[in-house]
Amino acid sequence: MRRILAILLENEPGSLSRIVGLFSQRAFNIESLTVAPTDEPSLSRITIATTGDDKVLEQIVKQVNKLVDVIKITDLTERPHVERELLLIKVLAMTDKSRTEVKRVTDIFRGAIIDIGKQVYTVQLTGDSDKLNAFIKTLGNETEIIEVVRSGCVGIARGEKALRV
Amino acid sequence: MTTELYTGAEMVVKALSALKVKYIFGYPGGSILDIYDAIYQQQDVEHILVRHEQAATHMADGYTRATGEVGVVLATSGPGATNCVTGIATAYMDSIPMVILAGQVASSLIGDDAFQETDIVGCSRPIVKHSFNCRNMEEIPNIIAKAFYIAESGRPGPVVVELPKDMLIPQNKAPFHIDTQVKMRSYNPTEKGHPKQIKKAVNTLVNAKQLVIYSGGGIVLADASELLTSLVETLDAPITNTLMGLGGISGTHKNFIGMLGMHGSLEANKAMANADVILALGARFDDRVTNNVKKFCPDATIIHVDVDPTSISKTINAHIPVVGLVDVVIKQLLDELDAVGFTPDETVTAPWWQQINQWRSVKSVSYEQNGDKIKPQRVVEAMYKITKGQAYVCSDVGQHQMFAAQYYPFDKPRRWINSGGLGTMGFGLPAAMGAKLAFPDSDVICITGDGSIQMNIQELSTCLQYNLPVVIVSLNNRSLGMVRQWQDMIYGGRHSSSYMESLPDFVKLAEAYGHVGIQINHLDELDSKLEQAFAVKNRLVFVDILVDEKEHVYPMQIRHGAVDEMWIKKGEKS
Repeated sequence: MRRILAILLENEPGSLSRIVGLFSQRAFNIESLTVAPTDEPSLSRITIATTGDDKVLEQIVKQVNKLVDVIKITDLTERPHVERELLLIKVLAMTDKSRTEVKRVTDIFRGAIIDIGKQVYTVQLTGDSDKLNAFIKTLGNETEIIEVVRSGCVGIARGEKALRV
Repeated sequence: MTTELYTGAEMVVKALSALKVKYIFGYPGGSILDIYDAIYQQQDVEHILVRHEQAATHMADGYTRATGEVGVVLATSGPGATNCVTGIATAYMDSIPMVILAGQVASSLIGDDAFQETDIVGCSRPIVKHSFNCRNMEEIPNIIAKAFYIAESGRPGPVVVELPKDMLIPQNKAPFHIDTQVKMRSYNPTEKGHPKQIKKAVNTLVNAKQLVIYSGGGIVLADASELLTSLVETLDAPITNTLMGLGGISGTHKNFIGMLGMHGSLEANKAMANADVILALGARFDDRVTNNVKKFCPDATIIHVDVDPTSISKTINAHIPVVGLVDVVIKQLLDELDAVGFTPDETVTAPWWQQINQWRSVKSVSYEQNGDKIKPQRVVEAMYKITKGQAYVCSDVGQHQMFAAQYYPFDKPRRWINSGGLGTMGFGLPAAMGAKLAFPDSDVICITGDGSIQMNIQELSTCLQYNLPVVIVSLNNRSLGMVRQWQDMIYGGRHSSSYMESLPDFVKLAEAYGHVGIQINHLDELDSKLEQAFAVKNRLVFVDILVDEKEHVYPMQIRHGAVDEMWIKKGEKS
């Protein structure tokens, strides 16, 4: 089962490598991982998308929590939450037809064309991972995909619930 | 008034002194010469010079296991630091508090593949509780204070502190300030068990019909032996110890049913398999205990007390988890048992004890001394008799380790010192040196074999330098006994590389290092010569005992079986 974990930890050198090392050391999966400092610069927030059954997930949460640098960890997928990922995609747009189609599909998915080259368009899209997958597939039907970069997902709980110190 | 200024190197030593450290175990080298210079100029902290950094870690470890104080290791950058890795892993697996001060090349050179540069923080990351990289020399005292706090609180473990050379040099000076009362927002280990869980646990305990207490190294680490003993007596329950937990309750206590697991007693493993309630205290359901987890005690309700939540339900699902310091939780359990007015119901306990005594009568931990060849078990029994069960027994890894665990009932905690989790050959001698340093007036034995002893034999030289007269009892079977046993049992008797050809003359070797060597070849001289060896109090004695090379360790769990499926002896199943 796919889970999204949010981790709040000390923004110290080496703290990210402890998290990554733990996952590989104990053979846990990482589907995606994102990290950046928070509004409080001494804190970093990591979002990890992972897969595993309940037993594995319990171990992941406990093992991450055990790291001295980690302040809090929560499984966002346990409760209502919002999940977003950023996609930048470069596609071939050489003909009128392909340019129109790329524009049309981008509009439908509420993306934005953010750069234009002689032969290519670069498109930006945010959404959950499923939406991004669908967009890539649809664009691929209309034109040739040159390059894809995805940020990995970030997430936050709905409502009043917050992950803070 | 002017504030006194110190170099980083001086701060290291001053911080150790402020934390009441008596000994540092180490080996000098380029990046840490400033620290050695600072050590030279003071009296508070004594440095013990080993012959290999691995031995420094094991010696610190042995010292810690015997005393409970945090062990301190000092090693230079590069090879000095990497030589510590096995010792750090050994401490990590057995939850031993240790602080490793590792040198590093100057900050400006880090990443350049400079001479004697390795990323020791990176190398040791999977086997430390935490690590620090010092980037500002003024931080040194508080980093060291934090390292100590982390190493010894919660579930203890090793902490590495990396000190780049430019943090230590005499050119930079700053005032010394240390906070020995450490507080960290990201690290607050749970101390007390949750009251609801305590109530649940006690409710289960008082209704148990066939209760077993299974305790591990956590009891020893927490100095919780007395509390454990009173819990066992309050419940009148049978108790078994893990390899790490031996001595947690006296090995001669009437409720003690022996060690459990791979080479545990039949009664311990049978009691586990037939229990309706298992109370696990400071133990972690290691694979050397459980055997096949799928067949492990399917009918038992498991109460698992551990300070480390990751240990709970990792391999075996716990029905009633209790997170907290084991001594604090036992106290809570005793208080709650008292509050509900519990006394053991003899109509419940008597049939259970009757059953256990029946298993006991099989005498699964036994051997036959037939023929002239000395049986290794016989040596351990002799050792027990001579030392009246009061020695610190520091073991290497292999058959001798299991024989010592089976045939030397430990009266007190911290007397049995062995590498249980990692199984590090070469641990025994330096660990014994650490124990002897702490308790010079006690008998300290290194029980070893002809394989293990050669993995850190260079430390015989350190023993002479610091006058550490341990008694080395080497069960010499001219082979790697445990490997050979598995090859006999599983690999059709093909002794691939388990035979030690060209062994040295250990007596001459001991003498060459300035010690006493005794060889024992015959059964009829065993007791007298061993007594002689223990009578020598001021010199190290190396006792090389030729034992039966064909002897196997029994009983032994049958691979992939349930916890109580065992070979009692060759060809005889439980």
